[in-house]
Amino acid sequence: MDRIPILKLGNSLLVTIQVDMHDRLATALEEDLTEKIVTLGAKGVLIDISALEIVDSFIGRMLDNIAAVSRILDADTVVVGMRPAVAITLVELGLSLSGVKTALNVDRGMAMIQRRLQLDGANADDEG
Amino acid sequence: MPTTKVECVAIRASDDVVAVRQQTRVLAVGIGLSLVDQTKLVTAASELARNTLDYGGGGEARMEVIEDGRRRGLRLTFEDCGPGIPDIDAALKDGFTTGKGLGLGLGGARRLSNEFFIESTVGVGTKVSITRWKSG
Amino acid sequence: MAVTETSTVATLVTDHEGEILPEWLALQKKAGALESGRIRDAELTAQCRKFLHFLCDGLEAGVIDSAHTSFAPLREFLGDISRSRAVQGFSPSETATFVFSLKQPLFDTMNRDKGISPTQLAETTWTITRLLDQLGLYTFEAYQKGREEVIARQQREIAELSTPVVKLWDGILALPIIGTLDSERTQIVMENLLQTIVDQGSEIAIIDITGVPTVDTLTAQHLLKTVAAARLMGADCIISGIRPQIAQTIVHLGVELNVVSKATLADAFAVALRRTGRTVTKVRPAATGGPVEPGE
Repeated sequence: MDRIPILKLGNSLLVTIQVDMHDRLATALEEDLTEKIVTLGAKGVLIDISALEIVDSFIGRMLDNIAAVSRILDADTVVVGMRPAVAITLVELGLSLSGVKTALNVDRGMAMIQRRLQLDGANADDEG
Repeated sequence: MPTTKVECVAIRASDDVVAVRQQTRVLAVGIGLSLVDQTKLVTAASELARNTLDYGGGGEARMEVIEDGRRRGLRLTFEDCGPGIPDIDAALKDGFTTGKGLGLGLGGARRLSNEFFIESTVGVGTKVSITRWKSG
Repeated sequence: MAVTETSTVATLVTDHEGEILPEWLALQKKAGALESGRIRDAELTAQCRKFLHFLCDGLEAGVIDSAHTSFAPLREFLGDISRSRAVQGFSPSETATFVFSLKQPLFDTMNRDKGISPTQLAETTWTITRLLDQLGLYTFEAYQKGREEVIARQQREIAELSTPVVKLWDGILALPIIGTLDSERTQIVMENLLQTIVDQGSEIAIIDITGVPTVDTLTAQHLLKTVAAARLMGADCIISGIRPQIAQTIVHLGVELNVVSKATLADAFAVALRRTGRTVTKVRPAATGGPVEPGE
């Protein structure tokens, strides 16, 4: 079975979803990401959904899960590139994705992750 | 109400949910639905197809292009011979789920559609139908 | 039974087109079809000829029902005519007269035809009447539908014009909403806002509701939906222009506005500037050689 490729981008992981995923593929992605966050010590996860024409509750739950798991593993997940039609539909569907950070594109998402890391670093210095 | 075109998709595995999405998209584009309306319909179809698979034990999706004289629309009907839904009102509330889902499928599909119809008998099966009309 | 009648009419029309066409044209001209030059003689003649041609085609199936598929080309043709007549300035009745005025020439032609028995005459007359009535009404409906499409399009344009999305600064948008926010308008607002966020890469959208007269639960939900949708696109929202009464209503309704809100658009803009890492400083006037006052 094809798996969705996960790239290393600095201290973060980048996933670009370009196919209409069937459920097994989505579950596999969750597992792969969780594993890679740990093995590569990633501090951030960028999920690029700019190619997705549909995000239903299953995909929404996958994104929520990835965000929750990564948080436990001390990494930030940012979902980027959501299409307007998808955002409007998600809101109507009732999926708030409140546990998931979002940004317009990969650059902004990455900047978000780095900002949070800097803040954390500054806090750690204060405490130390 | 005259039907001008019917497509049927059997729902037996998760790949079929993808097939339902794709077929719905093709038909939605065919009747000229706006991008947002297409997205809403395909998403609703995905939710209902998944319900048919996960809770209904598999079933069938029937997609019809319909006309009511003044406008064209797309009606999708999802039917299964599963356990049925004992309390439909409860099932329509957000967050209600008997499984691992988010419980948004039925209520969400209703919000995303112009028309929503559900019929379910315990021990017999469930039939859900949604319609999206082309506006303007 | 139906086949004989329709084929009688079909034969009648084909054989006697030479008489029917001019009589029909004459009747329409008498009713004022060509006045003020809104349609040219040649165009009208061509349309009449085409109508008769489609009519005969439809009659071949032998079904006396204008909704039948055999009459689809004829219906499509009538739809086109209705639309163009509307543009040319004909009223819906005048447009339907195009069809109704065909009755007389057909009846006259039938009466003149010695080969038709009285019973056949009566039945065929009824057939023609039914069919042309249906077609005339269809023309009327098509005209109405054309008008409704124009109105719907204009309504949409008004809705879009009345909810502009304004760029206040790099990355900062303002959405001044005037009037009530119903679900249809909310859709348009959301679509415009989100598309602008994508086009301009905006990070903050200020939704100003100074111009919204009342806020009930539904309106509040619409606002919250818009905010949620913008958030999914990575943009934060600030709501401004909340009048005291509105604030009270929101609290009494128990609506949780989990979004930053400011009293005025100006306040919201100031917050937005700060959030995007900007400040506003006063410009020192260029040195003119005179003394610079302390504290200037």
